This record gives sequence, C-alpha cells and structure tokens, in this order.
Amino acid sequence: MSAMSEIPLPQAAKRVVPWWLLRHETMLAAILLVALIVLGALNNRFLTLDNLLNQGRLTTEVGLIALPMTFIIITGGIDLSVGSIVGLCAILLGYSWKNLGFPLPLAIGFSLLVGAAAGFFNGIVITRVKVPPLIMTIATLALYRGLAEGISQARSVRGYPEWFYFIGQENLFGGPAQLWLFLIAIVVSAIVLDRTIFGRTLYAIGNNETAARFSSLPVDRVKLIIYTLSGLMAGLSACVLVSRVTTTRSDMGIGYELDVIAAVVLGGTSIFGGVGTIWGTVIGLAMIQLLKNGLALTGVKGDATIVVIGAVLILSTLVASSLQRRRDGV
Amino acid sequence: MTAVTLTGAEADPRRWLKALASQEALLAIAVIGLAIAVGLYNPRFLAARNLSDVLLGNAYIAVAAVGMSMVIVSGNIDISVGALIGVLATISGTLAVNGAPIVVAWLAALVAGVVVMALQGVIIAYLRIPAIVVTLGMLSILKGGLISVTGGKWITDLPDSFHLADIELFGVLPFPVFLMILVTILAALWMRYSASGRAIYAVGGNAEAARLCGMSQPRTIVMVFALHGLFAGAAALLYATQLRVIQSTVPPNLELTIITASVVGGVSILGGVGTVVGSTLAAVLIAEIASALVFIDISPYWIRAVQGVLILVTVIADILRRRRMAGA
Repeated sequence: MSAMSEIPLPQAAKRVVPWWLLRHETMLAAILLVALIVLGALNNRFLTLDNLLNQGRLTTEVGLIALPMTFIIITGGIDLSVGSIVGLCAILLGYSWKNLGFPLPLAIGFSLLVGAAAGFFNGIVITRVKVPPLIMTIATLALYRGLAEGISQARSVRGYPEWFYFIGQENLFGGPAQLWLFLIAIVVSAIVLDRTIFGRTLYAIGNNETAARFSSLPVDRVKLIIYTLSGLMAGLSACVLVSRVTTTRSDMGIGYELDVIAAVVLGGTSIFGGVGTIWGTVIGLAMIQLLKNGLALTGVKGDATIVVIGAVLILSTLVASSLQRRRDGV
Repeated sequence: MTAVTLTGAEADPRRWLKALASQEALLAIAVIGLAIAVGLYNPRFLAARNLSDVLLGNAYIAVAAVGMSMVIVSGNIDISVGALIGVLATISGTLAVNGAPIVVAWLAALVAGVVVMALQGVIIAYLRIPAIVVTLGMLSILKGGLISVTGGKWITDLPDSFHLADIELFGVLPFPVFLMILVTILAALWMRYSASGRAIYAVGGNAEAARLCGMSQPRTIVMVFALHGLFAGAAALLYATQLRVIQSTVPPNLELTIITASVVGGVSILGGVGTVVGSTLAAVLIAEIASALVFIDISPYWIRAVQGVLILVTVIADILRRRRMAGA
C-alpha cells in the first residue's frame, strides 16, 4: 500500500491530478453546501440528524454500486447491467430460500456469488472477445433482467426471518446499520484507488490502454477484477435492498444504472476515462440524494426532482468540460 | 458488408457467398426459418391475423430503430428515445383531445421530436459532451417531466380520425407496416447513395479522415440527431394511434428494444458500420420471437432473457467475424 512512492508513475498518470480536478470537487462541495443551507432554510425538517442519517440509509444501495462503477469509468469502461444484477440477485436470494430450501445465510452467499459471476461474465467477454463494455452490458442488462423475470415468473417472496432485517432497517452505534457497511466500502475503495498499484493501474488504463499494455501492466486481469467487483457489489446492494423493503420482486434495481452513472459523472469522473476519485463520487451521491430529499420536503413532487437531476448532470458536465478545455488551451 | 449488393455479383461466386453471409440475409433467413419452425409446431402462429398483428404492433419499433441506427453508425448512442416517444405520444394525444386539428396533433409530435433531438445533437457535437451523458440526462428530464406534468393519467376519448395506425392503404396494407417499409427503403437509399448519407459512415468510421475530406463532423451529428428525432416522432404517432388510450408514462425498456433492433441488425456500436435494412429485419425478428414464445407455450416472462441472448450472440459473432476479416 505504501508502494506508491517507490513506483515511478508514468507522465500521463501524474497529469491526471491537475488543478481543475481539485477545483471540480471543491466546486461540487461548495454547491452541495449552498444547497444544504438553502434547503435547510426552506424547511426546518431537512437539516436534522435523523433526516440526514435516513438519507444515508436510502443512498447506500446505489452508493455501494457507485464505488466499483467509479473504478470502471476511470478505465474508460461502463457497466449498464448493474440494475439488472440487483434484480437477479434479489430474486435468487428469495427463490433459493423459499423454493430451493436453502438456509437463508446460504441463500445470501449464493446470491452474492451469482452477482460476482454475472460481473465476471461481463468482464470475461469484454476482455477476451473485446466486445465494447457499453454494448456488452446493454446485452446483459436485458439478459440478467430477463433471467430474473423468467425465474420468478413475476412472483414475489416475503416473510423473511426477523434477523435478516437488521442490515436494512436497524441501527448500529446510533446510525443506520447499512451506513456503516457503506462507510467501510468507501474507505476501502478510496485507499485501493489512491494508494495501491491496482488503483493507479486503473488510471493508466483509462489514460492510454495501449501504453499500459506496453508497460506490461496486467490490463485484462485488472478489468476482469473490476467488472467482477461491480457484480459482487450489486449483489450486496440487492441483499441490503431486500432487507430494507422486506420483499423481493423481479423489477428491483430498474434504473439503478442511471442513478449510479449520474452520481459518478457528477462527481467529476470523466466518462472518457483516466480521471476521477472516490470522494467525487461520494459527493455526487450526496448531492443527488439531498436534492431529491430537499426538493421533496419543500413540496416539489418526486418526479420533478428527476428533472432537476438530469439538468444538473448535463450542466455540471458542461462546466467541467469547458474548464478542462480552457486548461488545455483549446 | 455494405458492398455486397453492388453490380457484378453474378460474376464472382464468392460475392454470392458473402451476400448470403451478410447480416441482412441471415436475419431474413432467421425471420422466415423461425416462422416455419413455429408454424410446424403450432399452425395457428402462421395465421394471417397473427402475423399482421406482429408487424402492426411493432412497426413503431422498426421506425425508431432506423433513426437509432443512424445515430449509432455516426458513433453515438441515444438512451433517451424511449422517454421521448412517451412524451411525444402524450403531446400529440393531448392536442387531439383538446380539439386541435388532427393534422396539427400529428405534426406536433414530429416537430417536438426534431427539436429535442437536435438540441441534444448540438450539445453533443458542438459542446463535445459524450452522447451517453447527454442522453442519460435527457432521459431523466423527459421521464420526470412527463410524470410530474401529467401525473401518469391516461388520455381517453381520442377522436376516431386521430388513429393513424387504423388506416389501411389499398384496403389491405396497414399504414404502420407501409410506413415501416417506406422509411426503411428511403433511409437505406439515402444513407447509401447520397453524400450526406455517406458522411454518417465517414464520421462514425474515422472522424479525423472525414474532417480532412471536408465533412463537418458537428453538422453531420446534429443532422443525424434531428433525423432521429423525426423518426422518433413518427414512431410515437404509430405508438399513440394504435391504442384507444394513451398512458402518459414512459413505455418501459423501449429504448433497450430499439437499441437491440439496431445492434442485432448489424449496426456496429463502434460506429461506421451497419444498415437500416438490417435493423428493420431485426425489429421484425424480435417481435416475431416474442409472439412465438406464446405459441410454443413458453412463459412470456422469458422474452427479455431471449432478447439478451440474441444481442449477445450477434455482437460476439460480429466481433469475431470482423477479427477474422482483419486477420485474413
């Protein structure tokens, strides 16, 4: 982990931390702060610890997937199948417990394994057959959702044992249980991305994949790992989601890919690859969740907040790209 | 793949083999082969009524896939089109119910489609924001906007004359099927023989070379998106006018089905390759498969999995074939 200082970084990797990137995140944090103050002033229920912790609870499911998605987008890839993996894992959790008679802990393990396998399948086709990630994961977006629908035949499963609801509904050390899980995942992801050879390899791939290969970096293995990780985290997210809402349905996780990518891109990760941080993603997630919540509390209808998020996504990308262009002197 | 039907095909037997192996030919064989296979199992599948229902009910997907194919050939992608079709159908239906002349209600969908898509094209081409981000944002805006304006209410009491999809030309040919065929032929000819149509392939295949040949990449992309908006408007009209009510929500997964049709039809996601004839055939095939599942007693809940396998197989076959061609 401390190997960072000994490894001479390629020039390209050094330049991925230019001034404007820091500016993007500080800018975003500033906007977030202003939004917090304005929304807090408009509604006195908004800036309460209870409300904010509850928002943390709600953002965990999308957040857990956004972390590996940051890795993937940094390499210049994308994973559109995550929402479908959530659906498939949720269904398999319920199906294997109720219909196949698995004990619940085994069912949880099984659904996590299937999540990882689904991600591994994405990764293996992307790296071996060289199918572009966008199209591969559009295909598995349909395939995995189709499997969830086919296996469940649109029947839901409920009535899980009481202990299973702990992670989704209970509190631990005064905070929502899943928030702790999310915090650990954030810290681990940030350290991996920032302080390990593995993490720095992601930037190298995103900046110039050919150069990374010539530098004998294990490009394919690294890609395989991050797509597998993405599937595994989607499986974990499914378990947290089922535990929170107490039921499984085959339409779970629909549209998650949009929320996840919006958070990552909003957080300053470039869709072209090579640029991005975990902290940016976390701010992006916080921004989306607080906008949703704040607008809802101030009386804006739920669906109108989606409009705001779409507009914020396009505008923030516009600003980031015009700043970058000015830096590049174009 | 695009050069197979040039003249002189008879002279070279290898041309014939290549033509047979083209995506379009394979799809046509698949469409007919599937019909025969399912027909043998359950003859009711081949009833004229069922086949025309399959075409009629899904023509709008083929029409939208024509525009989507152009967008993907130009090296972009659009995931907002499903939401846009929902919005355009609602706009058109609302106008029709509120007493606007029917022609105005129809035209409004087309115009609004062009405006929204051209706007996205401008942001993508001139402000250089990746298409996936712009269309993702627009998807959010359109979807949220539609539900918050309409509350998801159904539009009922549509005037009879509104139902464009009911028209039958020469007493036999349903208008949606006619439009699907017409749009496909016109778009195929235009993309193949006109300078502006060829520019789409050039821009998607090699943007730098296209620029050096004097083609304006941004202008081509805006044009492609504007056209895509026009086709989305036409698709929305077919979609809105074939039902007695319009549900003012976004049809779920519509964009996915449209992209599937393009990709299975042989449009390469890498840009520069593909034809609209292929995408229309693929749209027909996908609709045919959905219907076939019912006739061979497989639960329709499996349709999406079948769709996924279909994209997967086509894409992998396409990549492997191209790698072999590059290696040869």
